[in-house]
Amino acid sequence: MAKGDPGVTTTRGRRAAPRSKRTTAKGAGDPELVQLLTPEGERIDSVTGPDGVEYRVDFTDDEYRGLYRDLVLVRKLDAEATALQRQGELGLWASLLGQEAAQVGSGRALRTQDMAFPTYREHGVLYCRGIDPIMPLGLFRGVDQGGWDPNEFKFNMYTIVIGAQTLHATGYAMGVAMDGKTGGDDGEAVIAYFGDGATSQGDVNEAFVWSSVFNAPLVFFCQNNQYAISEPLERQTRVPLYRRAAGFGFPGVRVDGNDVLATYAVTRHALDNARHGQGPSLIEAYTYRMGAHTTSDDPTRYRIASEVEAWQAKDPIARMKAFLEKQQLADADFFASVDEQAKAESVHLRERVLAMPDPEPVTMFDHVYPGGSPELDEQRAQFARYQASFEGSGH
Amino acid sequence: MTTETLTLGKALNTGLRRALENDPKVVIMGEDVGKLGGVFRITDGLQKDFGDQRVIDTPLAESGIIGTAVGLAIRGYRPVCEIQFDGFVYPAYDQIVSQVAKMHYRSRGKLSIPMVIRIPYGGGIGAVEHHSESPEAYFAHTAGLKVVSCANPQDAYVMIQQAIASDDPIVFLEPKRRYWEKGPVELDAPLDQAYPLHAARVVRPGTAATVLAYGPMVRTCLDAATAAAEDGRELEVVDLRTLSPLDLAPVFESVRRTGRCVVVHEAPGNLGLGAEIAARVTEECFYSLEAPVLRVTGYDTPYPAARVEEEYLPDLDRVLDAVDRAFGW
Ligand SMILES: Cc1ncc(C[n+]2csc(CCOP(=O)(O)OP(=O)(O)O)c2C)c(N)n1
Repeated sequence: MAKGDPGVTTTRGRRAAPRSKRTTAKGAGDPELVQLLTPEGERIDSVTGPDGVEYRVDFTDDEYRGLYRDLVLVRKLDAEATALQRQGELGLWASLLGQEAAQVGSGRALRTQDMAFPTYREHGVLYCRGIDPIMPLGLFRGVDQGGWDPNEFKFNMYTIVIGAQTLHATGYAMGVAMDGKTGGDDGEAVIAYFGDGATSQGDVNEAFVWSSVFNAPLVFFCQNNQYAISEPLERQTRVPLYRRAAGFGFPGVRVDGNDVLATYAVTRHALDNARHGQGPSLIEAYTYRMGAHTTSDDPTRYRIASEVEAWQAKDPIARMKAFLEKQQLADADFFASVDEQAKAESVHLRERVLAMPDPEPVTMFDHVYPGGSPELDEQRAQFARYQASFEGSGH
Repeated sequence: MTTETLTLGKALNTGLRRALENDPKVVIMGEDVGKLGGVFRITDGLQKDFGDQRVIDTPLAESGIIGTAVGLAIRGYRPVCEIQFDGFVYPAYDQIVSQVAKMHYRSRGKLSIPMVIRIPYGGGIGAVEHHSESPEAYFAHTAGLKVVSCANPQDAYVMIQQAIASDDPIVFLEPKRRYWEKGPVELDAPLDQAYPLHAARVVRPGTAATVLAYGPMVRTCLDAATAAAEDGRELEVVDLRTLSPLDLAPVFESVRRTGRCVVVHEAPGNLGLGAEIAARVTEECFYSLEAPVLRVTGYDTPYPAARVEEEYLPDLDRVLDAVDRAFGW
């Protein structure tokens, strides 16, 4: 799907009264959940969120198909990475299985100039930012610590320390505002990704305070996948997470995170508000982590099969496919070609991962200080001599 | 006497179980310690048997874990906090350094904080960043905290119970890459007759040089000593066990006999524990030393990507190399 403007309409101005009558989703169940595509693949024209904003999308047929392609590709690449870990080629992998729509919907809602601050699971957003999907695999293989240029792609490094990136995003967004880069359609917005568990961290709460007080152009995007490793949501909060925003003085909305259209609409709206100078907001993308937390986790210890099955029925890809079929936007050939492309890309990814060389040990001394350090240079030289002393000794 | 062969991880688990059984005020708290049994399964089965009031899954907030444990301790409980990985202790650093460590002092002894902060630490397991660090010097530098590290299953089993029974706040460092190594554990030896918590121990006697280590490096140094013995050099290996306070009397005694001293740790060398030890040994044993006290440590870089960690971590060769240098002086 093309970057730039894909023709979405959302009501701007968060305090505006809903423009049209409230059209809640048929069978959507939870009135707090913004949804534009039901699990059965039914389109809902528009929906008014609890924030009083009317959300709708208006994509071209090609764009709908593009979103579907994104979802399938991202899932397939993720599956390949999981397989690579199982075969010992990666030390660890944090799978996004089940969260594709939350990531693609929000990732595609970003404009070129927007900056994203991810955790360690945002492979789908990374993909949407145009970064080579092999990039995060270096980190998990242990050959580097993330190899892309955050400024070039406007996508920061992965952050493993839970919640830390939300403060970085806040500061960055404050800088955007200080640079006068908000206030119009070409304004910059910032998005910070984090999980439900992260909302317990002090850093995240401080980020809420700061962004609010400084009116930072920031969207907090919480993927509530229901678990922080083994701990269910109830161990982090007693209120729906999106409602916390009110206490910090900015709007919050919960979106069906398995619905790529609603996620797109809600994120685009929040980003546009931010870029126009209207400050932060919180999006809670209500979703589910279908797989393990990471490949070293055993989810059968803490959750039951029926719960997983119930979420299976809300699968983000299946519903998009049902929609495309119902609307006759795509035929069997299209679906086959997407699958084929996904397969080809994942095979390619695998080949390249297997070819990823280990770093030269001496490179561990690189980039410790931008200005270098005579002491470290000496250590590096000693290390090189030490390494050389083994050469030819069969070590 | 029941002696069983346990992994270091299982020995800790058994020690924690014993502590929960013996004292109803002991509570375990941390992220994922309940149903999951912790990411390393050190608390495996404990919540099932003691309930979720004694083995508490906390919100994902390290400052919160330590800060609330301070309150629980003041209230008369004995919290045993698990920090999931070394690199995640820093959000709690302020609570540990400014509050836990100083509470007793500030209250002129009216309050004590009998807390244990368990941290799986160190590298060698091929993990991603923030999962392989050795933060011991930060804590050892803070007055009011005690810092210990176990190196074998027997010590793991006993030391964790001693730490919990102690009225001092204790940072308890667990050498995560040794969790799966097995050894004999005497299960019912009485705690009050056990080897003291804050005491170093010679774990391999020798005459040629004194090698000091703790935690994960003890195994490495014992292996180095075995290799050196094949070359006719008997190294004395001392497991420091306690990092704050340091128990250096047996070290001085050893160095006076051997005349040579090598300190080994994974943490970066710059201002690390080895620097303190080298200074103290030099002061005390100056006239017995045949060579300067040498250090084998991690480099002064952030912990590197896993594929080069074997090069970063002190290994048998680097230990033996240092011993050679001590002899070449
Ligand atoms: C400060 C900190 N504490 C603990 C961890 C270990 N850890 C890694 S992921 C995770 C759970 C995160 O849950 P959540 O924020 O919901 O994100 P999710 O992984 O579900 O996307 C934990 C406890 C960490 N990375 N950082």
